[in-house]
Amino acid sequence: MDWGALHTILGGVNKHSTSIGKIWLTVLFIFRIMILVVAAERVWGDEQDDFVCNTLQPGCKNVCYDHFFPISHIRLWALQLIFVSTPALLVAMHVAYRRHEKKRQFRKGGQKCEYKDIEEIRAQRFRIEGSLWWTYTSSIFFRLVFEAVFMYAFYFMYDGFQMPRLMKCSAWPCPNTVDCFVSRPTEKTVFTIFMIAVSSVCILLNVAELCYLLTKFFLRRSKKAGNAKHHPNHENKEETKQNEMNELISDSCQNTVIGFSS
Amino acid sequence: MNWAGLYTVLSGVNRHSTSIGRIWLSVIFIFRIMVLVVAAESVWGDEKSAFTCNTQQPGCNSVCYDHFFPISHIRLWALQLILVTTPALLVAMHVAYQQHQEKKLLVLTGHADPKHMEEVKKHKMRISGSLWWTYVCSVVFRLLFEAVFMYIFYMLYPGYQMVRLVKCEAYPCPNTVDCFISRPTEKTIFTVFMLVTSSICIVLNMAELVYLVVRACARRGQHNSNPPSGKGSFYGHKLSSEYKQNEINQLLTEQDGSLKDMLRRNPGLQEKGDRCSAC
Repeated sequence: MDWGALHTILGGVNKHSTSIGKIWLTVLFIFRIMILVVAAERVWGDEQDDFVCNTLQPGCKNVCYDHFFPISHIRLWALQLIFVSTPALLVAMHVAYRRHEKKRQFRKGGQKCEYKDIEEIRAQRFRIEGSLWWTYTSSIFFRLVFEAVFMYAFYFMYDGFQMPRLMKCSAWPCPNTVDCFVSRPTEKTVFTIFMIAVSSVCILLNVAELCYLLTKFFLRRSKKAGNAKHHPNHENKEETKQNEMNELISDSCQNTVIGFSS
Repeated sequence: MNWAGLYTVLSGVNRHSTSIGRIWLSVIFIFRIMVLVVAAESVWGDEKSAFTCNTQQPGCNSVCYDHFFPISHIRLWALQLILVTTPALLVAMHVAYQQHQEKKLLVLTGHADPKHMEEVKKHKMRISGSLWWTYVCSVVFRLLFEAVFMYIFYMLYPGYQMVRLVKCEAYPCPNTVDCFISRPTEKTIFTVFMLVTSSICIVLNMAELVYLVVRACARRGQHNSNPPSGKGSFYGHKLSSEYKQNEINQLLTEQDGSLKDMLRRNPGLQEKGDRCSAC
């Protein structure tokens, strides 16, 4: 179970996302996860082995490393990426639930036989409206919250985004104050700034997606209100005709199902 | 065979689980197994090489490490995750057995075309009858394993916090020696994280158990008030009238006496309380 498996799981959600959501997913996988796995993990690979303190006192290096790096950048980013990608699963679960309901209706020979077979239900793309809209918006909101929380945690723990070359440590058992040197500080600074920048881009994409969804929602609402105001009778006639059609279809569907089973 | 292999095996079970079961499986794979593989293993990667004791006595380092870490956190979590996910295979085996029975039934009733066979494979089994008992047992075992491992953890490493310094007196260390653990804070953070997700999984399992029991009682109550109809296997559900069920039963009795035994032996193929005229 690794990043590849996460990609498989989330790839399925892609079908039901907005265009901005698809862009966000691409940015996440290519510019964050891939960079983390392919480059950043190597840079931080020797972070403790090459953390050198100017003392022979056993244990001083361990203690100083632990004091300055309570949790490694790499692990923080890994956790951030896992948490940020998981809200999309809420949408996946909701879509799966809707599909399940439609399959149940189809099997019972429901009112509208609009699907030729179950495969069509499986392949169908759902529109983001109704309760799915709320689930989708909540998932984007959670993504934003997690991104912001991790950015703040990062800033709080490491006092800014730059990696210093030298740290002065006076934790026990180090005698007095000891100079400790971090391995590859510049390279680490470069990657930290890169990951923060991409994180900000993802936050912007999420905000844009949220605005897009809200705008679409309000536009749709005003269109519905406009239609209802201007064509109330017309709407009723349409409804009656649709009901008649539905009845006819459901009767024929019932016969088809019974015919099939016998 | 690695975590990805386990994921493949268990995703098949997903289809026949309740919604809570699916959430539980997602939590296990994303928040526990994935975090273990992607993050926690690298934190504990240098636990022995960076375990430093304030002595030059050969062997002291190894002995003290072994004394304080009889089994590493990572290995304990890996064992816990394997044992906790395996009861789901009981359900998978039972479902496979039921599907096999349904296919046999189809062959005997003359519906053995590839399309119907495929449908048997694809359709979701209702969690009722003997499958309900298997499912409930698997959830109980999951709970048991989670609890046992949480207890083992507590016994081996009382408290969740990883200390920076441990004092060791085991032979051959001279007197008392200070030993320093690598990355204690990061280890504490991940220990807390794994404990929290473990507790969430325990809560989900209990909720699933309660849900299953309540659903079974509700279904029983409904059965007592309504007369039973020919529900049970997939095709029994389609041909829903009792008359049709009785016809099938007669056919089956005529065709194969052993099938009658099979139906009698496997009440999961028929809903409880069904009247079977030919059996």
